[in-house]
Amino acid sequence: MSMQHEQITQEDIHAYVDGHLNDPKKQLIDQQMQVDAQLRETIEQYQQQNALLHQLYDPVLDEAVPEHLTSLPLARKQRPVWLNMAASISLMVFGALIGWYAKDTQVIHNDIVVSLAKPAAVAHAVYTPEVRHPVEVNADEEQHLVKWLSKRLGSDIKAPELNSSGFHLVGGRLLPGEKGPAAQFMYEDSVGGRLTLYVRSKKVSEENTAFRFYQEGGSNSFYWIDGDLGYVLSGSVSRPQLLQVAQIVYQQLAF
Amino acid sequence: MKKKDWEINLSEQIPRLRRYARSLTQNVSTSDDLVQDCLERAWDKRHTWQEGSNLRAWLFSIMHNTFVNNVRRNKLARDYEASIAVDIPQYAVETNHVLRDLENCLAKLKPEYREVLLLAGLEGLSYKEIATVTATPIGTVMSRLSRGREELRELMSEHKTGKLVRIK
Repeated sequence: MSMQHEQITQEDIHAYVDGHLNDPKKQLIDQQMQVDAQLRETIEQYQQQNALLHQLYDPVLDEAVPEHLTSLPLARKQRPVWLNMAASISLMVFGALIGWYAKDTQVIHNDIVVSLAKPAAVAHAVYTPEVRHPVEVNADEEQHLVKWLSKRLGSDIKAPELNSSGFHLVGGRLLPGEKGPAAQFMYEDSVGGRLTLYVRSKKVSEENTAFRFYQEGGSNSFYWIDGDLGYVLSGSVSRPQLLQVAQIVYQQLAF
Repeated sequence: MKKKDWEINLSEQIPRLRRYARSLTQNVSTSDDLVQDCLERAWDKRHTWQEGSNLRAWLFSIMHNTFVNNVRRNKLARDYEASIAVDIPQYAVETNHVLRDLENCLAKLKPEYREVLLLAGLEGLSYKEIATVTATPIGTVMSRLSRGREELRELMSEHKTGKLVRIK
């Protein structure tokens, strides 16, 4: 950075960027920026850093604060012990009643969420932001990828063709599932938006299902069981758009 | 200030604390753990807060101490974690490369640079407040800010050129 303006220090530049600088220093920088392109570029880039930081992290301000933080630590410390015990006992009774009335299907449904939808959503969140290694095997080795994953899952699987929805195959990887291997195919659209299709073997207790919706973090998922396999399609796209793609996947992969 | 008011003020600060913690750690669960530690400490130390002083700055200094202690405690794991943080940003916005890059690059900055850069650029604290929060002389704050911003600028431009060869 050029230091040709003796009156303008590094400190002034930062204070200007952060809005802490007053006239006449502020005016001086405004004037110098007109004639000194390097100074202008530096300031603009620093300002852009600040703007991007807000873009990236301001959404946290609008998130619902997790309950364990809002109830902390006042409620916990001030409530008499017996009241806490009473609260947990009533919760237990309530939970037992709910469990009692819940039908088996509900239990199985929850089980599928835990053993299929959730791990897929986590794998989606972990691998889609990857810049350098989003996949283990690239799409240009698709045949090898599909053969390898089919062998590991013990069922014939294939990577659906989603070009008609604007997504092309990036590649895939093998993942540890709850009870064995799982496969993840990754797709990308022209602006870098990514979808993943997570596939694992069906458990003995699981029956074919319709599409079901699951949401975690910033991503939406549809999951279903068909034939010998369970599928989860996840992406940060709207629910209707995701459903449309899920239908295409289902049609291409249906038994 | 009545205790009730203090509690209300404290809970009003939680979203800001969460934003700062998220930007420091870039991980949802780690950052909420940090906020929780911070709130617990704030509660334990509530008698040391001086009425009329800036509650947010006071909370930020507690968070700073908690963060530094955590970093120190995890010193051995730090490099490893930093490398993970670079590879797997938790809060990446899938459709926006620039924000994804920013998060990757932030993770590569030294924690002490990142902290000052965030307190100034995101949280809008004055340099004097940052000096108090981080318990460092103001001259150190300024040089960390300068280096942090310069390094971030370089990293971002490297990323931009590196990205062209990303897939293939």
